[in-house]
Amino acid sequence: MARISLKNLKKSYGQTHVIKGVDIEIDDGEFCVFVGPSGCGKSTLLRMIAGLEDISSGELQIGERVVNDLPPAQRGVAMVFQSYAIFPHMTVRENVAFGLTISGASKAEKDAKVAEAARILQMEHLLDRRPSQLSGGQRQRVAIGRAIVRKPQVFLFDEPLSNLDAALRMDMRMEIGKLHQQLGATMIYVTHDQVEAMTLADKIVVLKDGMVMQIGAPMDLYHDPANLFVAGFLGAPSMNFLKVKVLGVNGGKVLVSNGALDPVEVSGKRALFKVGDEAILGLRPQYLAVAQGAGRLHGAVALTERLGAETVVEIALKDGNPLIAALSHDAVFGIGAQMNLDFDPDKAHLFPNEPGAGSVAKH
Amino acid sequence: MAMIAADNRGLRLVTRYAVLVLIAIIFVFPLVFMLMSSLKPDQQLLQDSGNLRAFLPVGDISLQNYTDAFQRAPVATFVFNSVLVTGITVALSLLLCSAAGFAFVFVRWKGRDTLLALLLATLILPFETIAIPLLMMVAHLPWVGFDGVSWGWLNSYRVQIIPFIADGLTVFLFVQYFKDLPGELIEAARVEGASWWQIYRRIVMPLSGPIFATAAILKFLVMYNQYLWPLMVTQEEGYRPVMVGLQYFFQLNVAWGEVMAYLSMITVPVLAFYLYLQKAFIASIASTGVKG
Ligand SMILES: Nc1ncnc2c1ncn2[C@@H]1O[C@H](COP(=O)(O)OP(=O)(O)OP(=O)(O)O)[C@@H](O)[C@H]1O
Ligand SMILES: [Mg+2]
Repeated sequence: MARISLKNLKKSYGQTHVIKGVDIEIDDGEFCVFVGPSGCGKSTLLRMIAGLEDISSGELQIGERVVNDLPPAQRGVAMVFQSYAIFPHMTVRENVAFGLTISGASKAEKDAKVAEAARILQMEHLLDRRPSQLSGGQRQRVAIGRAIVRKPQVFLFDEPLSNLDAALRMDMRMEIGKLHQQLGATMIYVTHDQVEAMTLADKIVVLKDGMVMQIGAPMDLYHDPANLFVAGFLGAPSMNFLKVKVLGVNGGKVLVSNGALDPVEVSGKRALFKVGDEAILGLRPQYLAVAQGAGRLHGAVALTERLGAETVVEIALKDGNPLIAALSHDAVFGIGAQMNLDFDPDKAHLFPNEPGAGSVAKH
Repeated sequence: MAMIAADNRGLRLVTRYAVLVLIAIIFVFPLVFMLMSSLKPDQQLLQDSGNLRAFLPVGDISLQNYTDAFQRAPVATFVFNSVLVTGITVALSLLLCSAAGFAFVFVRWKGRDTLLALLLATLILPFETIAIPLLMMVAHLPWVGFDGVSWGWLNSYRVQIIPFIADGLTVFLFVQYFKDLPGELIEAARVEGASWWQIYRRIVMPLSGPIFATAAILKFLVMYNQYLWPLMVTQEEGYRPVMVGLQYFFQLNVAWGEVMAYLSMITVPVLAFYLYLQKAFIASIASTGVKG
């Protein structure tokens, strides 16, 4: 079956190291999403799996075979490209049937399989059109149709939705999710949109600068990010990071505070903290609430965005740093109004203050 | 305001057409002169050439020059030779040079960039500089035919065809065009299992109509106008092409009427074919629009 395993995979262009030793195990039938900022090597990694880029070192296994040196055609994968890459001189039918034509399938077989793919993707009425007569979403369907018609073990998607408008993107996202359930194939999906990653994935691989930052189920990554980068990358609006001082350590618990934050005891399992250390406290905007009493965080309202069901408030903390709170109800605040906030210490994340931590991803 | 704008547009249109007509006249008049002269006896031809009558079918009009031309030289043989050599060279050149361009652009192999640079460097060499060495070479090359091995290629069709099949310019044209094709199309075809040949045949070729037409026209012009090389490598008129055939008409007394008749016979069919191709060419650009 189609497990995929990447062992210490590396890729360099001359002196430029793009993928710097990546280990990933993807189970059969799993939906795995590679996510990360632009230029982190997602596409490169996907193209290495597809066989479109040479592997500089390491081992790539698909199913039971090591496929490092196999051409794309022999790897049993299908790929959907960001630009769709449908052939402009062929009709939709010819496009979808392309792989079958190449492998010498009979006309009857082609017709049957194309019809089935068209039914699954609801594009029967498009089969005799040319790509130039299709909308973006329809082209996307054709590209997916071409991929599913050969029933490959593995599907590779490189940002397939990034050229679609927001509404269509949501529709197609759901359809891809359904497709995965229908086909049960292993899928690897590249995106830099963390909403796509969170909603589609069984397993998320967060990449940065050609290295894996964390691998895990979406909720594990969301609730238990291994480092500042992952914490800042997943979730929208992204996590607040406050520079704090360690006042006391008690077993797994660490007492921290800063100019705007009253002392609070949070769990400090990610590193060894010592009294006097600087550390970074991560607070998701969603877990902040307007305090009933005195609260733990103090500042003034700088900006509010009312979205109906949610209110996003930007607060200028007492020590001058900004903080975002996403309140799950509609509320009106005057600019400059004093505001005290509260949060559940169990939902806070404490990270060691790494060099460069201040510039953590703002996405 | 609107009036002035309309007037301006009208004026611009008139100017544009006037310029185009002028250019057309400059290009067309020599042709008309050639055709008209081919119908006139030598003496009248020379008299008319100083005035507008040169462009008019007036006076003693007949096809006598054409009959005479056929008697003076084996015109049909020359035309046949040229068409054969040109046709085969153009066909093989398109095939080989586009395949080379394909390999340079889409296939990754060692030494690719160096070889391409070398090939492009040959663009600056005029043919005349290599004509003599090439002649020495082809004079001694072996050939395997139906009747065994023979030495030397002189006096043959192959000596006029083979050296011209591959050339840097044609490869360069294909390389430039292929570079602009969307690379993901090629990659998609590879993932779908297509071999290099299938990608070339089913994806690249159908999307490259315009450049094939361009390369074909350029190659055709070069080949149909060959003069120096066939003159060097053929002695028998059985293998000689049209331009070399022109010599037959420039002997002691130049028979201008016959020259014009001969020139008409070798240019008019080509022009007609070109005009026809141009239509197909434009149609092919219109239908294979590669758009994202
Ligand atoms: N041929 C190449 N030569 C040198 N560097 C390259 C080459 N191709 C890609 N890179 C570099 O590799 C890095 C990773 O590129 P890649 O396309 O995989 O990024 P990505 O994560 O897919 O980004 P995006 O989200 O923008 O698509 C980039 O920094 C890029 O500059
Ligand atoms: Mg990419």
